[in-house]
Formats: sequence, C-alpha cells, structure tokens
Amino acid sequence: MVYEPVIGLEIHVELSTRSKMFCGCQVQFGGEPNVRTCPVCLAHPGALPVMNRQAIRYLTRIALSLDCEISAKSIFHRKNYFYPDLPKGYQISQYDQPYAVEGHVNVGVHGKMHKIGIERVHQEEDTAKNIHAGESGRIAGSLYSLIDFNRSGTPLVEIVTKPEITSPQVARAFLNKLKNTLQYLDVSDCNMEEGSLRCDANISVRRVGETELGVKTELKNMNSFKYIEKGLTQEISRQIDLLESGEKVVQQTVHFDVTSGEISSLRSKEFAHDYRYFPEPDLVPLIVSDEFVEEVRAEMPELPETRALRYMDTLGLPEYDAEVLTASRELADYYEACLEHFKDAKTVSNWVMGELLGYLNATGQELSACKVAPESLAALLTLVTSGKVSANVGKDVFAEMCDTGKSPEEIIDEKGLTQISDESELEALIDTAISGNPSQVEQYRAGKEQVIGFFVGQVMKATQGRANPKLVNELLKKKLTG
Amino acid sequence: MNLLRLTAVEALALIGKKELTSSELTDACLAQIERHDKDVFAYLNVTGTSAREEAAAVDQLAEDRPELAGLPTAVKDVLCTRGVTTTCASRMLENYKPFYTATCVRQMQDAGIVMLGKTNMDEFAMGSSTENSAYGPTRNPWDLGRVPGGSSGGSAAAVAAGEAIWALGSDTGGSIRQPAAFCGVVGLKPTYGSVSRYGLVAFASSFDQVGPITRNVTDAALMLRFLVGKDPLDSTSIEHPEKITLPEDRDLSGVRLGVVKELVGEGIDPGVMKVFNETVQKMEAAGAIVGEASLPHSAYALPAYYILAPAEASANLARFDGVRFGLRAGGTNDVTEMYEETRSLGFGEEVKRRIMLGTYALSSGYYEAYYGQAQKVRTLIVRDFEKALGEFDLLVSPSAPTTAFRLDEKTGDPLTMYKSDICTIPVNLAGLPAISIPAGLSEGLPVGLQIIGRAFTEPAILQAAYSAEQLMDFKSVSPLIAGQD
Repeated sequence: MVYEPVIGLEIHVELSTRSKMFCGCQVQFGGEPNVRTCPVCLAHPGALPVMNRQAIRYLTRIALSLDCEISAKSIFHRKNYFYPDLPKGYQISQYDQPYAVEGHVNVGVHGKMHKIGIERVHQEEDTAKNIHAGESGRIAGSLYSLIDFNRSGTPLVEIVTKPEITSPQVARAFLNKLKNTLQYLDVSDCNMEEGSLRCDANISVRRVGETELGVKTELKNMNSFKYIEKGLTQEISRQIDLLESGEKVVQQTVHFDVTSGEISSLRSKEFAHDYRYFPEPDLVPLIVSDEFVEEVRAEMPELPETRALRYMDTLGLPEYDAEVLTASRELADYYEACLEHFKDAKTVSNWVMGELLGYLNATGQELSACKVAPESLAALLTLVTSGKVSANVGKDVFAEMCDTGKSPEEIIDEKGLTQISDESELEALIDTAISGNPSQVEQYRAGKEQVIGFFVGQVMKATQGRANPKLVNELLKKKLTG
Repeated sequence: MNLLRLTAVEALALIGKKELTSSELTDACLAQIERHDKDVFAYLNVTGTSAREEAAAVDQLAEDRPELAGLPTAVKDVLCTRGVTTTCASRMLENYKPFYTATCVRQMQDAGIVMLGKTNMDEFAMGSSTENSAYGPTRNPWDLGRVPGGSSGGSAAAVAAGEAIWALGSDTGGSIRQPAAFCGVVGLKPTYGSVSRYGLVAFASSFDQVGPITRNVTDAALMLRFLVGKDPLDSTSIEHPEKITLPEDRDLSGVRLGVVKELVGEGIDPGVMKVFNETVQKMEAAGAIVGEASLPHSAYALPAYYILAPAEASANLARFDGVRFGLRAGGTNDVTEMYEETRSLGFGEEVKRRIMLGTYALSSGYYEAYYGQAQKVRTLIVRDFEKALGEFDLLVSPSAPTTAFRLDEKTGDPLTMYKSDICTIPVNLAGLPAISIPAGLSEGLPVGLQIIGRAFTEPAILQAAYSAEQLMDFKSVSPLIAGQD
C-alpha cells in the first residue's frame, strides 16, 4: 500500500517590538527574572490591556508578505485555561475573526515548486516562563517551580498553514523560507533557541488517492528545523506502520526525542481543553483602514525573491549567486555593504560565496559573529585588484582576518606579503633561475613552452609566492627567447 | 451646626470661606464612624491616620487649593488604592495591598479629596444586599435590621450615616443605584466608557462603571466632573463629549418624560409605586410632558444579564489562583490541587455560583444557546432603549422594586435576590447613564426614582434630577445623622 503524508504547521513568532502587546514593559530576552513586569502583565486585579500599535504594523507586514487578505475588522477573544505561566487565567488571542486569512507561500524543493496555503495569521500574547526545579526540568517530579514574567505579554503572531505540505522536506523548506522572510521583514529575531520562533506540526497519513484526511497527531515544540524534518519523517513511518499492521492512529500530542530518534506520546487529545473562547470585553475591535495597510505595504522591505531578481537584473549576477546571497537577509546585507566599497559585483559575490561562506561553514560560526566587516573585505579586494597582493595570498589574508579580526593592510605588512612588482628585483631572480637550470632553458628554446611554468615556480619559491605572476611571466618570456 | 448634614458643595464653600477646616470635617466623619460603624459596618478599613494627615495638609495650603480640597470621601473596596488593603470584601484578597491606584481614585486625589477608608460591598461586587461580604453585612442607617442594598452598600450606608461626605461606588447591574435608593441618597451610573475602569477590580468588564454616591444631585454632578475622561490605560474609555456642569434652578418645562411601563407593573411593591406615581405627578406639574414608554424586551434583561455577567466574571476571576498575590492554600500536593483549594477557600458561595454559571454558559456546545443568545437579547434591549429614547428625552422608573428588605430575608433564594435589580439591569445591558434620587419614604424607608438618558447625556439627566429633587419634601438624612443635630 502506498501512503502519503499530510502536514500542517502552526508557527508562533515573538515580535521584536520595543514594548509588550498590552502594556508598556520592555520586550527583551533573558536578564534578571521578573524585572520587566507591571500590573498588566502580572494580571493584578483591576489592570487592563491596551493594544500595541507597533505590533499591529508588524503583524500587517507578515500578513502582506504571505499574500493574505487582511480583515478590516477583527476582534480579540479570551482563551481560558489555568496554568501558572498564564497570569490572567486566559490568553488574549484571536479566534473566529482573525486578522488575516487565505495567504500562500511558494516553496521550491529539488526544482519543484510547492504552493502552501496560509489558513490564518493572528495576533496574541506570549505566556510567562516556568522554570521547574529538578533534574528533568519538567514539571513532573520537580520540587517546586519558579515563574519569570519577563516574557509574559510579549507580542506573539500565530501563522497557521493549510494541511497542504506533502513531505518533511517541503515542511523544512517552507520553514526556512518563512524564517528568512520574517528576518527580512525585521519583525522578529527568529531565534529558535530563545523561543522567539516556535513550531508545532500536525501530521496524518492516508492512502494515495484518498481525499479524506487521516487521524492526525501533533508534534510539539521542536527547536530546530532539522529536527522537525527528522521528527516528521519518524512520525510518518510510525503512523504507516500502525496502519499497515491494522491498528489505528490515536489523536494525540507526540514528542520526538532528538537523542534516541524515538517518538513518544505526551498526552491524549481525548481530554482536550475546552478553552471557552469569548470576545475580550476589555479591548475594542481592531479596525484597520486601507490607508494603514497601504502605508505598511509602502514601508515593506525588499523581500528575498525581489532582491534576487534585482541582483540578476541590475548587478548581472548568475541566478545561483543571487539565490545564495539572498538566502538570508544578513548575508545579502553583508554583500551589499561590501559592494558599496568595491564595485565589482561578481568578484564580491565570488569572495562572499567562496571564502566567507567557506570559512563560516568550516568553523560553524554565525555571520553575526564574523570578525571581518564588509568594508574590510572590500579593502582586501581593492588590494588584490591593484596587485598589492596576489589572489592566492589574498585568500590566506582573508582567513587570517577571520581568525584575528585584523585589517588586511596590517596582516600584509606584518607578514611582508606585499606582491613584488619591481622589475629589476624580479629580473635578478629570473636570471638566477635561468643560469641555474640550463637544461630546462634548452627544452624551452627547443619549443617546449610549458617549461615556463617551471621557471615561474622557481621565482615564486624564491619570493614565497609574493612575485607578481603576470609580470614574472612576461619577463621570463622575454629573457628566455632573448 | 451638624457638620454631618453638609453636602460636598456646602462644605467646600465653608472651607473656602475659612469657616470650616478639612480637619474639622474629617474629624466629624471619623467621630461618626467611631460612634456608629460597629453597627452599620460601612467600612472594611478606616484609614483615619492618613485621613487626618491629608486633611491637615490641605488646611495648610494657601490660596490655589485643588478644587475638591479636603472633602472626606469613602472609596468602595473594589477600587485599587496603592499601599492600602483592597479586599473586594473577599477572603481571597484579605491582605492584598495593590501597588497602584485606580485612575478614578487618583483623579479624585489629584483634586484634593481626603480618603476616609474603604467600604464594604458584596464580594467582588456580586450581590444586591452587601450580605455577600466575607467580613459581614453592612446595615441600613435608616433601619439597622435592614440591608443597605448592594453591591455598593458600604458606600451608600457611609454617606447616609454621615460617615462620609460622599463616596465612590461601582455599578454592574445596579450596584450604585439600588443601594442609593435603599439608603435615601443619590447614586449615578455614568455612560459605559465615560469613567476609566483601570484599577476597578473587574466583575463584568462590559458592564462595570464607577460613579458617585452623594447626598444630593449637585454633589453627584460635581464628583462626576472629576471622574470622567479618556484614560490611556483603559481602551474602552473615551473623552466625555459633554462638559459636566452643575445643575441650575430650572423647572421641567418641555422635558419629555417616558414612564417605562414594563418597570412599573407586576413585581413592584405598592408602597414604592405610590411614591413613584406621586413623584411623576409632581414632575408633570413642574412642566414635564409625561407619557408611557416601552422596553418590550426588558423581561429578558435579567436572564441575559445572568448569562453575560457571570461569563465575563468567570474569566475575570481566573487570576485569583494563589500564584502571584492574595490567598494561597497550603499543604497541597500539586498546582491543580493548590488552585482548587485556594479558590474553594477564597471565594464565597455567590462568587462560586456565578463562576460556575459563567463557565457553563461558555462551555463548548452551550455557547450559542446561552452566551450567543444572551448577546442577541442585549442587542434587542439596546434597540428598545434607542426607540424609547427617540420618543422621550428621559425615561423614569422606580430604582428598585422594593424598599430595603430585612437582613437574611432573601439570602436563601438567589433568584429573589437577583430580582432586586430588575429596574436597573436593563440600563447596564445598554451601557446608558442613569441616576437614582430619593423620591420619598414608604413605611419610613426611602424610595428611589431612576432617571435614564441617552448615552453621554449625564448633564441632562443631572439637570432633570436636580429639578425633581427640588420638588421633593424628602431630605436625604437618616436618623443617624439627624441624631447629631
């Protein structure tokens, strides 16, 4: 029997606004617990929420980037449940009248485009953070729990896809693209380790050709896209195995253990919460005008696809270069900053893709931690082009810059790496090489021209690679034929 | 002179002329509290020391004194006061000291009032008699065997007993107007949105509104002027479109007055009806054009209210979970048990009843049948009022179906108790402003007249109420005040 998976994703994005969703407390990760709090985000009696307008701007950017229809009027609901990280006993969220619906994202995987529908995009608030004392870090078996309300009330946007994702690979590609887009939009730092980007996946399998969805399970709180892909793959085969052996898939939340690669059950959905949603009476409806939406549209940053097209059209880069460079906003920004100081687009692209990405991949470093500023790379490229150093030496200099953070000039001076272009100095070295190797001279003169490489090598060896190769070639030809 | 008979406006005039100091007036109120509050129990917490200090500080001020400088004021214990215990008459908040002050209280304090203390109420403002206080009932200054009404019973009783010049109350389904009627004082529920709810511990957020409880209509107008305003901390508040002025000497000529026929029939005590009818006749004689108005859906107001208000309350009271403040039950094994124990111990019967009602009404599968249906009723009632207030300038009815009833008379039967608010609840469903003023006595007990207006027409309501007030023989002074003459 052939089965196909059906995957839907729910993504939560913490917005990087200055203040929280419903109060003036600062939004910031970490730090001393419970210092960025007030009566509102601690849910003291009598405190009331006031909507953060900047969050709605960010929400609008997200909705527009996903090609959603924005509702002129949407409302907030209370989602009721008891948990210590939820101070009000309800989360202010959106329910049957969300901010935006019916969007889509195109994702390319192995040359095939997948159009993934976006069901809804809505605004809500984050909870506080529970810290359970004990070895497991989980509530079960902990002696006591502490709560840090710094995160309480952080603006949170929920993005829900339609169940239209057909493989774990497409899911991962979708998430990569979404994350990249969110970073382009400058609305979130999308740091999965700090929880500013979180993803849950709903997954079911069905026989190919069937139109009804199978029973789904929910894979929760995965902290990297790689593990989401692995977890989904694992869960799909678990579900197929169950069906093949005549058993049923039970609707439940499952957990993927990264170390063992196993799927385990967290809780059954049979005891699903009744959240008793009802309209939030403390907030007025969220009404946005066409003017507001257009204003936000006008201030939207250039998105990756547009940027790649621009690189091809106006900078003349090949498609491959354009895609690699725009794959993250940070890299593209780096590239363009470099380009401001060194105008040859393709040369910069070669160095960024070859040397910079090569170094980052080899060392596992993030671009944000890279010690080479774009201006320094541009300075190095200027030195290479002007012939101050050879391209090969330049690559070594770049690696040194990455390691030490020193400027290219500093490294070149320290190590005496300046290219030798002084003709008399080179002529003297060439003369020595010629006089010391008469048989090779004979060969050359007999017509075996490739022997010139041997002499270039000799000169390079004598100068530790600093001789200007072009000049050495010219001079050699002259002397050998002369 | 019996200082306890003074209205706020009279007291301000005397203080302005230096014939009276705030300290003298504050001391007079504190002395009255000392004399009678062990019986009346209007106050949960008397802040005598700070009140004397505030009064003395006001008396030291030279010329540019704030406008309400030195007026001894009682504050319902549902309003947060920084550093001063705020209990909502619940065990849940027995030792809770807020770290901020409600916007409306702060505005009054900025205007110079002296806070005498925090007044008793039905727990979390849920009730109509102040018998639902976890700390014991307040008694009616007109008859200590009777209730003062509720939930702002402490505030109304304090004003009626001369234990404060005026007081702040809150009204969700009648909690200002009904106790004002029972205690023979004036109580105004402003239009929803005109007074900030920031710092008002929420019962039912789409109904709650803070307002004045005073000796007369002019005082109510004066206090309202300092309560209204857009508060950036309350998204549902707006700038009041009308300037709140003090009423003038004027008759009721040309005022179209609609007697709400559904609120003057069955279920209204004959003694109350007699006073009400006489009052309407006097108003007609003073120039009002009286006719019959109808709110056809008002019979559904009470059931709709008892779906919607508990639904909101069930969520509003979820924050009382023992985690961050207030009561926390000890000796429990896990967090769920801690929630259950804390909430079982902390909340009284009526609060629990309403949380259960509200939770049920919002439950999956019942939402449309209860909450959804009640919202539709609410819309119909809003339309009823729009229609009636299109035909009339103001609507009138008794403020409550009876006069003050005896303690324990209705505690056994929640439904009978709920019916005590049939005249006031429709107004809250529509978010409209309404006032209750003393209209006379029935068997020695005060009867209230309710005057309802269109949204944000408080000045018109206050003017008509003032004109009507001048027609009454009745002066709002209980035996406890008269006893100090």
